[in-house]
Amino acid sequence: MSDQEKASAYWKANVSLLTKLLVVWFVVSYGFGIMLVDLLNQISIGGYKLGFFFAQQGSIYVFVALIFIYVRQMNKLDRKFDVHED
Amino acid sequence: MELQTWIYLAVGGTFALYIGIALWARAGSTKEFYVAGGGVNPIANGMATAADWMSAASFISMAGLIAFLGYNASAYLMGWTGGYVLLALLLAPYLRKFGKFTVPEFIGDRFYSQTARMVAVLCLIVASVTYVIGQMKGVGVAFGRFLEVDFETGVLIGMGIVFVYAVIGGMKGITYTQIAQYCVLIFAYTVPAIFISLQLTGNPLPQLGLGSTLSDGSGMAVLDKLDQVVTDLGFAKYTEPGGSQLNVFLLTASLMIGTAGLPHVIIRFFTVPKVSDARKSAGWALVFIAILYTTAPAVGAMARMNLMDTIQTGEVGSPQGNLAYEERPQWMKNWETTGLLQYEDKNGDGRIQYYNDQNPDFADKAAAFGWQGNEMVKVDRDIMVLANPEIAQLPNWVIALVAAGGLAAALSTAAGLLLAISSAISHDLLKGAFMPDISEKGELMAGRIAMAGAILVAGYLGMNPPGFAAQVVALAFGLAASSIFPVLMMGIFSKRVNNVGAISGMLAGLISTLVYIFVYKGWFFVVGTNWLPNDAAHWLFGIAPESFGAVGALINFAVAMVVSRLTAQPPEHIQELVESIRIPRGAGDAHAH
Repeated sequence: MSDQEKASAYWKANVSLLTKLLVVWFVVSYGFGIMLVDLLNQISIGGYKLGFFFAQQGSIYVFVALIFIYVRQMNKLDRKFDVHED
Repeated sequence: MELQTWIYLAVGGTFALYIGIALWARAGSTKEFYVAGGGVNPIANGMATAADWMSAASFISMAGLIAFLGYNASAYLMGWTGGYVLLALLLAPYLRKFGKFTVPEFIGDRFYSQTARMVAVLCLIVASVTYVIGQMKGVGVAFGRFLEVDFETGVLIGMGIVFVYAVIGGMKGITYTQIAQYCVLIFAYTVPAIFISLQLTGNPLPQLGLGSTLSDGSGMAVLDKLDQVVTDLGFAKYTEPGGSQLNVFLLTASLMIGTAGLPHVIIRFFTVPKVSDARKSAGWALVFIAILYTTAPAVGAMARMNLMDTIQTGEVGSPQGNLAYEERPQWMKNWETTGLLQYEDKNGDGRIQYYNDQNPDFADKAAAFGWQGNEMVKVDRDIMVLANPEIAQLPNWVIALVAAGGLAAALSTAAGLLLAISSAISHDLLKGAFMPDISEKGELMAGRIAMAGAILVAGYLGMNPPGFAAQVVALAFGLAASSIFPVLMMGIFSKRVNNVGAISGMLAGLISTLVYIFVYKGWFFVVGTNWLPNDAAHWLFGIAPESFGAVGALINFAVAMVVSRLTAQPPEHIQELVESIRIPRGAGDAHAH
């Protein structure tokens, strides 16, 4: 692969990764926490109603996880396409 | 020890620490002044970012907001955390790769336009100045309440402290004090929360306590009990939504996009050594923020429960079921003197009835009980965090800690905002436009002078807040969401968006958002000049002015795309610039040119 091709393949892989992660980001907050909250509130885990849990706790934990998954996967992509630092 | 002694110790001790750090971390170059030398460890930067981000509003007001709004406050929790996902995935690494000192500088270079840079400077200054007023007010309020000094004196002391470490140390001094401030504020926030969670549920982790059963032997879950307690008194159910879900949706989106577009947060990511560090640092920032943001719902719910239980001591409707005013606890007396709590014995029975007298379905019941209106005529939301340790009867040192924590939250955010403002003035306006030949030494001096000037202006506005002080949050987030975030994102993700497109997009987003806010809140926030009453019935599609930032962002994207298609492609070297920021290798240090 030429540098040019490598760069555009790397960018494609990056965009595809972050699209997937943003879908999850959207589903847990806007989906579970807002649009589906009444439905999910029918289910309880411990003392939490599930919809309420996603709105005030769960979505935040998922956000943290998403960023660290992104960090990990991007470090792999950086090496795979040989665009990493150092 | 006396409470006042503890407070002097806690506040004096933390202030001595901040000044000590300032003397140790002096800035010797523009690079140290703007980006702390560019060598900050990503985890340390995450901690500094968390303090930079979490303001007086997060520390003092958020739990109170949750306590009274219940589920409906979720937009703030998700909005102010979810923005970090956007920041980490869409902006931070690429802007770090670009490797300059300020946000307007990126916009000016990427869109090869001095005009674009100046529009960005304008948006940055308006958003940051409005935001900093709230912090200065927070400092004054915290001092006034805990140290028994005037509001003005409080603001002056706060200005003095920020002056020492921000003018001498620039970003370098701010970074290390923010790390110390994070430790102070998170300790101050979680300690009372742990105590209260233990008292109510026996579980020391507030996040788990909120989902546990009460330890009073009733076997009921905290949230179920709270739902019951509040609905018994005519209030809305705590865990379920009320009102327009479209509005909650858009408010969450506006806060998320606004968070990712706030310049004082973005520039923190210019201080780490590498692109991969910028990603990692955003993750750590959110971890440190999440510790407070997942604790806040527990603090809110438990404080509400304690408040309701204190007043409604027995069965609802039985004459003995309400607290006699003469027997009220000490903390109520303390807060009555500040005017944040107010009682009015409407039915003259000497007892306190606290219920929702705006609920028509509950009116008959209340009348049958002989209640003649809600008698807690004022319960300020901010009390929930500030009085929490007293309500839960925690030791004096915990109360002192909360005072120091509130000050740390306000000062750390103020310093970050002031740096964003002063670097826009000395780097973008002065060096970028008016005096391009200024020496490094001259620019550093200009940066310090701009910082000193910004502190004076912020302090003045904090003491004499323009009538719109309460509206500023909507304005700051609306501006960041509608003007700054979209052009930054398009600058990275599109090679096609050109100078004309970016400028028209920014202006379209900015103006539409401002107009929508002004129509409901008054032109330039002048009271009485609003065209429509600010209530749900008159909002366009039920969208509150606070929630419009996301719509403004969409307008910005759409206008920029369309205008760019109709005009010339960006020149070759700009397309190469975009290609280079997409690739981590070769980031090197942040540099001036």
